[in-house]
Amino acid sequence: MKFRILAIYLGLSIIAFFMVLPFYWMVTTALKTPLEAIKFPPTWIPHNFVWQNFVHAWRSAPFGRYFLNSIIITVGSTVGVLVTAALAGYALGVLNFPGRGGIFMLLLATMMIPMPVYIVPDYLILTRLGWIDTYKALIIPWIASTFSIFLLRQYFKSIPRDLYEAGLIDGCNHFMLLWRIALPLVKPALAAIAIFSAVSSWNSFIWPLVMTNSPWMRTVQVGLGYFLHEESTNYTLLAAASTIAALPIIILFVFAQRAIIETYMRSGRKG
Amino acid sequence: MSTRNRWAPYLYLLPALAVLLTFHFIPIFYALRVSMFRWGIAGAERFIGFRNYGLILQDFRFWQSLKNTLWYSLGTVPLTMAISLAVALMLNALPKGRNVYLALYFLPMVTSIVAISVVWRWIYHPRFGLANAILSILHLPRLGWLNEWRSVFPGGPSLALVSIIVLMVWKTLGYDVVIFLAGLQTIPREYYEAAIIDGATGWVKFWRITFPLLSPTTFYLLIISTILSFQIFAPVWLITGPPPGGPLGTTNVLVYYIYENAFNFSRYGYASALSIILFVILISMTILQRRVIETRVYYEV
Repeated sequence: MKFRILAIYLGLSIIAFFMVLPFYWMVTTALKTPLEAIKFPPTWIPHNFVWQNFVHAWRSAPFGRYFLNSIIITVGSTVGVLVTAALAGYALGVLNFPGRGGIFMLLLATMMIPMPVYIVPDYLILTRLGWIDTYKALIIPWIASTFSIFLLRQYFKSIPRDLYEAGLIDGCNHFMLLWRIALPLVKPALAAIAIFSAVSSWNSFIWPLVMTNSPWMRTVQVGLGYFLHEESTNYTLLAAASTIAALPIIILFVFAQRAIIETYMRSGRKG
Repeated sequence: MSTRNRWAPYLYLLPALAVLLTFHFIPIFYALRVSMFRWGIAGAERFIGFRNYGLILQDFRFWQSLKNTLWYSLGTVPLTMAISLAVALMLNALPKGRNVYLALYFLPMVTSIVAISVVWRWIYHPRFGLANAILSILHLPRLGWLNEWRSVFPGGPSLALVSIIVLMVWKTLGYDVVIFLAGLQTIPREYYEAAIIDGATGWVKFWRITFPLLSPTTFYLLIISTILSFQIFAPVWLITGPPPGGPLGTTNVLVYYIYENAFNFSRYGYASALSIILFVILISMTILQRRVIETRVYYEV
């Protein structure tokens, strides 16, 4: 029995080794000299840690601008998702009105349509609106999410009705009820939605790739993608830039891994 | 609950509905319309009915992208599920330390596909890459990885496509592990205890108890992973070729083909017709999923 557990730890550790190896490879390559990076067989630990590579990578493309764009888009869409989902979730979960079932089904249908299917027509629509290459094209289509609406609706429904009714008797209207009573009670759900939305927004690639033209509108991911095509042989620089681009989410993951894993589990979305 | 103002509920729903309908729902119908035209960046040029669909059916590159997408799907989905089920079974048997492993397995899942693609292209480098370094330690011949257009077996996918498959199995493994682990924890312990009394071995317990009771989880993962696998795009754009989709179109997948037609060649009508075809494929799978596992749908009216 003892032996069996030991074997399991060993097996899991071998797999963990392969899961971590590419990250280790990214960081160590980022710290090597260009000459050491192309040594074969490769070295496992860099001879000298060339921290300069990070400074160099940061300066070889407008990464400052890319970060600013990514932060604006991530904050904008996350705040938007929280606001629209709170309002819609409250209406669907707490209020009675004609057409509720129909709207619910419509949202369910919307949830079934994945992004690659509508990216071409959306590009044409955004072109008509004159929004291509602006923050509007990158934020507004993503300030609402069906998953977040359904999650909050579920939470709002689970709050005892007496609480809402007591509030109404005290003279609150529904907007105050939502703001003062319902939202404070669902803080964990709000945090989960915020984290999930921030991660997907920071990591999104195909959408900002298609909806921007000019280099100064690129996000970190798109900027890194073009950097990869332009500097395709400069491996130490590329590794340093990738480390910089991946770092914010990895830091977030270290602090909120339980919440992030749980949200992914509930979302029913792998990507 | 009722409201004093009978329009209030609709007002609450308006922002979310406006955005979702405008950008995520109505565009499907718009794509259907666009697909019936020769459509340039300035708008409709000429109505051509279903001609685009006819052209697609005769388009060698379309069939190639469909075949590559199917191979990709057939490669990633079972492989990811098999490995992650084994991992989840091992994790489930651990007395402690589960969360540390889980965090390590999940890390690639939250990391950006761009950063990951950069690293894997470097790993796959034919001359300096880690993959070939490992092969030469094992005294195996070096491989061309992303540059290799030849099939891994006659009629099969190219090694370049297999390289993308391995990358994506690695990236998404953690998700399947988490879902399988949650599924395993719903199986009552008493079943196993009863089986042990009956003298069942580990293998019998797996096939007679674990596997059948896990089948809703397995089916759920099978469907959503398949749906997702049809949407593969980023690593193809990022690290295959140049031009992307190469070598010799052996990593050209459906979504990349849509991208190429719309955004490299401005053939919006044709790209919209391809989008509709992708939509039909994906929606059939979604409907299948909803039918079979109603139990997992927690948002009932």
